[in-house]
Amino acid sequence: MIRIKCPYCGERDHSEFSYGGDASIEYPSLEAPQEDWVKAIFFRENIRGVQKETWHHLNGCRMWLEVERSTITHEIKSVKPCHPDYTKIVENKQ
Amino acid sequence: MTRFNAWNVFKNGLNGQTGWSRQWRDPEPKESYDVIIVGGGLHGLATAYYLAKNHNKHNIAVLEKGWIGGGNAGRNTTIVRSNYMMPGNREFYEHSLKLWENLSHDLNYNVMFSQRAHVVLLHSPSSIDAYARRYNTMKLTGSDGELWDLKKLKKKIPHLNYDNGRFPILGAIVQPRAGNARHDSAAWGYARAADSLGVDILQNCEVTGITRKNGSIESLQTSRGIIKGKKIGFAVAGHTSVLWQMAELGKLPIESHKLQAFVTESIKPLLDCVLIFGPAGAAHFYISQSDKGSMVFGGELDWYKSYAQRGNLPTVKENGECAMAIMPCLGKLRLLRHWAGVMDMSMDGSFFMCKTPIDNLYLNAGWNYGGFKASPASGWYFADLIANERPHKVIENHNLERFEKGINLDERGIGPDPKMHG
Amino acid sequence: MSSQRIDNFGKINRDKELRFKWENKNYFGYDGDSLASAMLANNIKIVGRSFKYHRPRGIMSCGVEESGGLVTIGVGDKKDPNVRVTSQELFEGLVASGQNAFPNVNFDLGSVNNYLSRFFAAGFYYKTFMGIPPFEWGRGTSIWMFFEKFIRNAAGMGKNSRLPDPDVYEHANDFCDILIVGSGPAGIAAAKEAVDKKLDVILVEQDNLIGGDQLSDNDFDTDTAFKELQNLGVRVMKRTTAFGLYDNCVLGLIERVTDYNTSIDKELPRQRFWIVRAKHIIVGSGAFERHIAFNNNDVPGSMTVNASKHYLNRYGVLTGKEIVIATNNDSVYLTAEILANAGAKVTVLDKREKIDLKFNRNNFEVRNGVVPYKINGSREIKSLDIADSVNSKYKKIDTIQCDQVLMSGGWSPAVHLLSHRGVRPEWDSENLCFLPGEAKENITMVGSARGIWGKEDCIKSGTAGALDALNRLGISKTNYFFPKEGGWKNAIEPLYEVKFNKSRSKSFVDFQHDVTCDDVRLAHREGFISVEHLKRYTTLGMANDQGKMGNIIGLSLMADLLEKEIPEVGTTTFRPPFTPVAIGALAGRSVGKHFMPLRTTPMHQWNLDHGATMIEAGLYQRPWYFPKTNETISEAYIREATTVRKSVGICDVTSLGKIAIQGPDSTEFINRIYTNPFAKLPINKTRYGIMLRDDGLVLDDGTCWRLSDTEYFMTTSTAQAGRVMSWLEELLQVRWTDLKVNVTSVSEQWAVAAISGPKTREVLNQCLEDPSVISNENLPFMGFTSSELIGGIPCRIARISFSGELGYEIYILADYANKMMDILWNAAKKFNGCLYGLEALGALRVEKGHVTGAELDGRTTIDDVGLGKMASNKKSYIGSAMRKRGVLSSEDREKLVGFFPANKKDTFDAGTIICEKNNIKGYGIGRVTSVTHSPELGHWIGLGFIKGGMERWQNTTVVGSDLVRNKEMEIRVVSPHMVDPDGKRMYA
Repeated sequence: MIRIKCPYCGERDHSEFSYGGDASIEYPSLEAPQEDWVKAIFFRENIRGVQKETWHHLNGCRMWLEVERSTITHEIKSVKPCHPDYTKIVENKQ
Repeated sequence: MTRFNAWNVFKNGLNGQTGWSRQWRDPEPKESYDVIIVGGGLHGLATAYYLAKNHNKHNIAVLEKGWIGGGNAGRNTTIVRSNYMMPGNREFYEHSLKLWENLSHDLNYNVMFSQRAHVVLLHSPSSIDAYARRYNTMKLTGSDGELWDLKKLKKKIPHLNYDNGRFPILGAIVQPRAGNARHDSAAWGYARAADSLGVDILQNCEVTGITRKNGSIESLQTSRGIIKGKKIGFAVAGHTSVLWQMAELGKLPIESHKLQAFVTESIKPLLDCVLIFGPAGAAHFYISQSDKGSMVFGGELDWYKSYAQRGNLPTVKENGECAMAIMPCLGKLRLLRHWAGVMDMSMDGSFFMCKTPIDNLYLNAGWNYGGFKASPASGWYFADLIANERPHKVIENHNLERFEKGINLDERGIGPDPKMHG
Repeated sequence: MSSQRIDNFGKINRDKELRFKWENKNYFGYDGDSLASAMLANNIKIVGRSFKYHRPRGIMSCGVEESGGLVTIGVGDKKDPNVRVTSQELFEGLVASGQNAFPNVNFDLGSVNNYLSRFFAAGFYYKTFMGIPPFEWGRGTSIWMFFEKFIRNAAGMGKNSRLPDPDVYEHANDFCDILIVGSGPAGIAAAKEAVDKKLDVILVEQDNLIGGDQLSDNDFDTDTAFKELQNLGVRVMKRTTAFGLYDNCVLGLIERVTDYNTSIDKELPRQRFWIVRAKHIIVGSGAFERHIAFNNNDVPGSMTVNASKHYLNRYGVLTGKEIVIATNNDSVYLTAEILANAGAKVTVLDKREKIDLKFNRNNFEVRNGVVPYKINGSREIKSLDIADSVNSKYKKIDTIQCDQVLMSGGWSPAVHLLSHRGVRPEWDSENLCFLPGEAKENITMVGSARGIWGKEDCIKSGTAGALDALNRLGISKTNYFFPKEGGWKNAIEPLYEVKFNKSRSKSFVDFQHDVTCDDVRLAHREGFISVEHLKRYTTLGMANDQGKMGNIIGLSLMADLLEKEIPEVGTTTFRPPFTPVAIGALAGRSVGKHFMPLRTTPMHQWNLDHGATMIEAGLYQRPWYFPKTNETISEAYIREATTVRKSVGICDVTSLGKIAIQGPDSTEFINRIYTNPFAKLPINKTRYGIMLRDDGLVLDDGTCWRLSDTEYFMTTSTAQAGRVMSWLEELLQVRWTDLKVNVTSVSEQWAVAAISGPKTREVLNQCLEDPSVISNENLPFMGFTSSELIGGIPCRIARISFSGELGYEIYILADYANKMMDILWNAAKKFNGCLYGLEALGALRVEKGHVTGAELDGRTTIDDVGLGKMASNKKSYIGSAMRKRGVLSSEDREKLVGFFPANKKDTFDAGTIICEKNNIKGYGIGRVTSVTHSPELGHWIGLGFIKGGMERWQNTTVVGSDLVRNKEMEIRVVSPHMVDPDGKRMYA
């Protein structure tokens, strides 16, 4: 069981969350040409090691989180809200 | 090499099994090869075999970082089927099934392909229709399929949860020619057959670096020295991205996820087919019984990207729940072992078998859940691609450009989310 | 062997007899017995048969490593195959029977395999059974499948019940600071130290008594130890196995709550599956004594030395009268003395030439430099040939009369749990065992699991383990040290196999799977030299004990053959579970109807009360149809659809996804996610919208309502509701963090009824406080309003039509759902209205050519389904850059059309493939996605796709091929808008 420290709810089993995907993807603007979108949507670095990824606290506060995690050991290095404003909310809560 | 047959088994029974020799050699790496296949799994070994057999190439090496068949070849749940629907996939997996049907004879190695039928339980009228489309397509393209009504299903498998299930069982859609094979023996059979045709199988030979020169790969640095190759094929499944980046080729439409598999203690025959349980939007589960008597099962991915060959508890629990959901008689049967394999999940659930930006490099990857059953065809078409330097018509769309070309090989209609293509 | 209960030994309660049955005969044991000890007390010799050769097998250990004593317990639906007699507590009325034998374990016809065993070497089945013998003629798989039937019947151990398991299992969760596995001296010491530092400690013990190996010590009182721990505040879980270690110090435990005793409270589950999240794990899981491979080392009566001590001191059973102990280490001498004191004639064969130990030499005989060579006897031990160990070519020197041979070839720390974490064990060439490697996670190994043999040292290691945990948790910094591994006075000498040249007898490495030393040699000869290949080729370590006893012997043999050291050959990875785990326990209470949650709408019961037959829609149950007496489904839905077209019908559509969207940037957000323009949608208007995925294919469709400048209300399809909600949250939290928008799922808050048909307005007039709000002027098509049902129940009314008739959807707070249905239904009845379900809903929408999930299968573009005009060219939105990539914009794509059977009497089904006439093969040119009988048209109709669309095929006759349902029919291609194509009725 991976235990993820949700900044809002605290440490929870990963089964409460749903895995999003690669957080390093930079989505092009909606106006961007097709080539940019093809690269962003279909191609992945697929890191073997520590990667940035998104998780959705689906059965919790429903916050999208940016997690740094090793894809070899599953060890988590850091967790923060994807949305910068939410970081402030969480800080205020504490 | 001593042929495998009943006569020689009998003879060796009398002479204390002394007439057998190594099933494949343990050669020293040569300085260079015509073709180097990286990856000593089923796909790599099969490719080497068909290169030698179909294309008369014999100066071939298969590089394996550990021991052959030690990756997904030895970790899967041994299901062989061809119930794919999208053009390209359809012909490919059908060809694979046909190769499986004669593989034991072809390799002179019993791969124990048992065509005991692949039975998908149906739980709603709409799932019957969705599968009817798939199996009608299969039948129209020369494969086999049957719709079993409840009466027939009950007769064939009486001890399913017909009366107390969360999802009613309405019948089943069946591919009778599908079934199980013995995964290890397929790997060893290909190794032995390839070896006998001159292929060098180099175990404990990990690729640690790639030397490029003038747009092509000149040599591979390995844990057993530098090896030159005129043509290089990658067939390393979940570790493709690692090699791809070693060759400085950037990103791939692949993510590595882990899939767990489960095996129970041995029991006398209880289930005589491959059984699939997948009520829409609720679960995905498959179970069969090995010849040794163990129930072998698996289900969804662990949902998060991973290169670890071990699973976590939520998936263990879910698989237990699925097993009980369809076969409530399994309650006391005990799980003996569970493990995980690294799946090369692709963006549309279909594989890649194609040329690459490097002239002499060929790619074989993105097998999702389909790797084991694909092995013979994978070897067959990959050998064809490497030998003829052009994709066979069947795999002409299985390339990295298909996404920009809008070609859809998405069997499940999920879209570009690799973890959903189980 | 002749084993018996003796006086003055053991800790069983001799005042309480327990009756049990073995192979239909009655026996008794005592409270405190294991099934194994009770069987031994009754001198039951043969308890099982081996997997392949069907050789008789007796009880060979006293713990979870048992590979001889596997039996079936219980009968009928309670039947439990492959139970280890050594870890099964005896209970009153226990019924056990032998398995993998016909007719029974004492006389098994399968043992003919033993005589043919020379042909059944490891992997022989890979070499034959392919074709017709002797030269494997033929092709295909049929010959293999013929042989396979026999092989499958011969293989397998116990028989599984085919009846549903009647027992109940539970899931449970817990947390603690330190979880300690094993209650041996090390585990107890660790628990005491940790609890002393005010930590929350769970101590897990798989046995029914705590103490571990101390249970065979005369001076150990398990009750006192248990009470002491409890008083200290340690949470002790007995009969609980830590079966696996997972990420982040999470453990899976199985607690056997009642399966050791049928008379316990019936309300309790059989087992509990615990998931425990610890901050630190201390593993004191002990060590396994190894056997020695020599000829016929499997004959009933062969056992590990320590097991015999346990049977005597814990259970009061002396396992033999004339006992030979074969060893290479010091651990056996105490046992030898105890066995001799209990009255056995004991001879110790010690491989070592000379040892320095103090023991009573008059009590038993010690023969140094001697090894066991061959057991004589097949069903029981008659005598043992022994050999001189001086040179490696063993030679028989003597025969000893005996009825039991105890073996100790050294000890293997139980490193399994650490192995689950991917930590590779390291070979200790001094103590001849694998020691646990260093864990990076918070896991500490203690006691003999760490390779520490002496009891005092084990206790010290336990204390050190607790201090190590405290240090690593940052709670305290105390200096500590672990005692050195080992602890025997005399060095152990390697003794894995006593090789017997030119013999037909077998030396077993893995008892249950019948893997012999010769099999290992054959594997080597054939090149299966890596450990994993060895394991897979010979099946060594794949049996129920998962190689707990035999693996190291196999490794040593391979090392010998390769002329390498054991660590160079490697070690296999132990996978969870540590001991097998019942599938029922994994499933817990999520069985039967509780496999998955059932979602129902607030008017579920109302629908049932009004005669609904339900259908599963994902996790939802929705009304399928409302049959009148004796009506079939077809009759019912045709009547319902006809009624809607003629007068009025009411349908529960609550399962739609509903999302509230609020915030100043809502309009911008909505505009980016739908293909069609929303920027100019007026307040109080709703619009049908299509959402694409990033890749430009259709994700979902639904309606979106503008409540105010900054507020919207969105509906989604039932199937995609969850996915769309997560998707919108992702867009707002990950991609477009500059947008000030909040989304909230309100699917559960609103109940929805669709009411449609020409009489709808008249019906609603009777249902509303102010009927004027729904007049055509006040509420035009695609408008919505807030109003009140009679009685002042607030509601929202949208003029939306899925059926193509004049239609409204009434949205109401979920608590008022039944009230709403009553109000609507009372009014509708007066107009001969009906309640309708999904089937009629489907019929109505197919007639109209409205698409659903059957058409939007994740591979279709917005153009494919004929809604290309809804894709704006003036704005950018999700998927706009991608939706026309490559062949997605090809004219040749399959486009939405309608289908009529050419012969109006024909029927067809969804899933039918459309082919050109005279070319009924391959992928065809299209497919049927939805069908219904059209009450309006009086025949079957369908929706589907065809290459090039209607323009290319309109009014052409094609062929529908439905081979799985054995149907073929001629089909005419028509417009998908089959009824009221201009939509006049909706605007009425």
